[in-house]
Amino acid sequence: MATHALAPAAVTYRPGLYAWLTTTDHKKIGIMYLINSFLFFLIGGLFALAVRAELAVPGLQVFTNENVYNESFSIHATVMIFLFIIPILAGLGNYTVPLMIGAPDMAFPRINALSFWMLPLGGILLLSGFLAGGAAAAGWTSYPPLSSIGPLASPGAGQDLWIVSLVLIGTSSILGGINFLVTIFKMRAPGMTLFRMPIMVWTMLVTSVLVVMATPVITSALVMLFIDRNLGGHFYDPFAGGNAVLYQNIFWFYSHPAVYVMVLPAMGVISEVLPVFSRKPLFGYKAFIFATAAIGALGFSVWAHHMFTTGAVFLPFFSLITFLIAVPTGVKMFNWVFTLFRGQISLSTPLIFAVGFLTMFLIGGINGAFSAAVPVDFALHDTYWVVAHLHYVLFGGSVFGLFAGIYYWFPKMTGRLLSEGFGKVHFVLMFIGFNLTFFPMHMLGLAGMPRRIADYASGAGWNDWNLAASIGGFLIGVSMLPFLWNIFVSLRTGRIAGDDPWEGNTLEWATTSPPPPYNFDRLPEIRSERPVFDARHGLIGHAAKD
Amino acid sequence: MTADSHALAPLDQTGLVASVGSAVPVGHVRGGISNPVLGMLLFITSEVMFFAGLFAAYFATRAQNRPWPPAEFDGILNPLSLILVATVILITSSFTCQFAIWSIQRGDRRGFIRNISVTFVLGIVFLLLQAYDYSLLFGEGMSMGSGPFGTTYFTLTGFHGAHVFGGVLMLGVILYRGMLGQFSARHHDAVEAVSLYWHFVDVVWILLFSVLYLL
Repeated sequence: MATHALAPAAVTYRPGLYAWLTTTDHKKIGIMYLINSFLFFLIGGLFALAVRAELAVPGLQVFTNENVYNESFSIHATVMIFLFIIPILAGLGNYTVPLMIGAPDMAFPRINALSFWMLPLGGILLLSGFLAGGAAAAGWTSYPPLSSIGPLASPGAGQDLWIVSLVLIGTSSILGGINFLVTIFKMRAPGMTLFRMPIMVWTMLVTSVLVVMATPVITSALVMLFIDRNLGGHFYDPFAGGNAVLYQNIFWFYSHPAVYVMVLPAMGVISEVLPVFSRKPLFGYKAFIFATAAIGALGFSVWAHHMFTTGAVFLPFFSLITFLIAVPTGVKMFNWVFTLFRGQISLSTPLIFAVGFLTMFLIGGINGAFSAAVPVDFALHDTYWVVAHLHYVLFGGSVFGLFAGIYYWFPKMTGRLLSEGFGKVHFVLMFIGFNLTFFPMHMLGLAGMPRRIADYASGAGWNDWNLAASIGGFLIGVSMLPFLWNIFVSLRTGRIAGDDPWEGNTLEWATTSPPPPYNFDRLPEIRSERPVFDARHGLIGHAAKD
Repeated sequence: MTADSHALAPLDQTGLVASVGSAVPVGHVRGGISNPVLGMLLFITSEVMFFAGLFAAYFATRAQNRPWPPAEFDGILNPLSLILVATVILITSSFTCQFAIWSIQRGDRRGFIRNISVTFVLGIVFLLLQAYDYSLLFGEGMSMGSGPFGTTYFTLTGFHGAHVFGGVLMLGVILYRGMLGQFSARHHDAVEAVSLYWHFVDVVWILLFSVLYLL
């Protein structure tokens, strides 16, 4: 019989503001992560638009003071990395992981709330630099001597606020990572073995391992920078026996794994989306998991590929390991493409964004492989090529994956579907704007344009590509309008989603939309990585094909 | 198949879904390590990585500064001094902390409180000795600003001291809760978690003592 009364009738649940501010419910906290991070995305985006407006044509137009330009790109990158991509993906994980493993909440709900509330605090500290005589202006990497005190650096409080803010956000990440790991290891429903977990949960697991093991290392780099700046220390001061490259080593020991913290959860999202909208199981479930683990492990041995030109690192080793990472990443590309292959594809918005991830991340992977070659990197280091590469990975990859996840889980979070029409307009504008912004940066990089400059000579041959990139940047900004309007309208008048609008595979679709505070009244039997699919098609009792 | 055969029982107290006579295997995630203890072990993992960063900085700095210690501070870090007493005290406190665990596992609350009290006091004594030792070093002209030697010494020992201070606070909470009778032979996850942290702080000091004073 095909009647499965898996979930109770939807409960009308209208929490007030106080309930939101004091909640320990992982779903509310997850949604607050999403909203908070998206606000910082808009703030970071405004800084990016200011930067692009400045670079659109030669000469100084927007900024009268180059140091304010430096503050803008530094705060843009810091906000986008530490206050947008990392926390918003953690927020998606926060919402989905307990649901996907059939748990009522995270393992430590109060610590979960603490992790969240550190983020707005960290963000305010970071931005308050503008009120304290100038924000951090040494780039998001904040290499000494630019970030230390001395003739080359700005001695303002902004850099110290940047350090304190990042330590705070890092602590939030570490606590969140511990929470995810304990939740995943200890809170799984009966039958949910490790190799039946959704890929999203697996990617959050590997991400959390990276967070717990790498984030404290940047904390150590930051506290030493703080000591140098404020307590008279000499860690990074070569004139007093310190070593400036030491900072780069410790910084990248975190910041390279952090790249995987920023992209693995997005990979998890599209690994949920592609099977559902292709009506097929994920091609090579276990291979995908091992590839994810391999990326996590190799990610700890490639940090110095950011430092090839320092002359202080062993080039063949770091180049080789960097190339090696292309292998598990390639495995994943096969997983995704062969999931689509001969699938019954429905071109819904989540799938379109997921395919956007596939194509754009592929470009980001390929131009990354070029930079992994030492001689090529010596030519391209610190040029706009690197800016193109990192945006193809973090915007083309992570942000497209993030939007796939938002369109996919919005019905679960709110009970209403987003409009497909606005979703597709959003995608088209963002896709065109993204490529118009960042593809020209490849040409600029090859033409030798250095990153982090406020102005360039009009005879340098960089004018056309810069103008194109700036137009594209504003198009990305415009593409957020249909998205926000979509959210606004759909929350009020969107179609009622029902429990399982996409015919999903994983446990979150077995409960109501939105789920009750305790998540599940009852669970389907878990005999494979697709328990809801099994329940829908009466496959209970058959062994999983894994 | 009926819809009934797919149904599971409602949530039990632990929040996990209990199986009721269906073919659903009993959760293999029960038992084993408790959530707070696993959480603490992961937290200690992150702390290990934090100190790994500091140690890496120390060795990198030391490797490019010869002689080490610099001539002006030669012999200032003498292992056979007050610091040895502090070291013995911290190691002893790790033992008394473990005795406290064994006491509460037997259900011996008096022994538990006695041992936790001793650990708590030893932790405070260590901090006082370290503060006194700092004052002696300051008196000999060594400070955070006196070159990489001073910077690394005070950063590493300072962060360790801060962790000892955190551990003492935790021990204080455990002692207070213990005196309220909140722990028993079956319920003492918090004690185990804090004792793990205390052992970690002790191990870091042994490494620091070996590297800073002996190596």
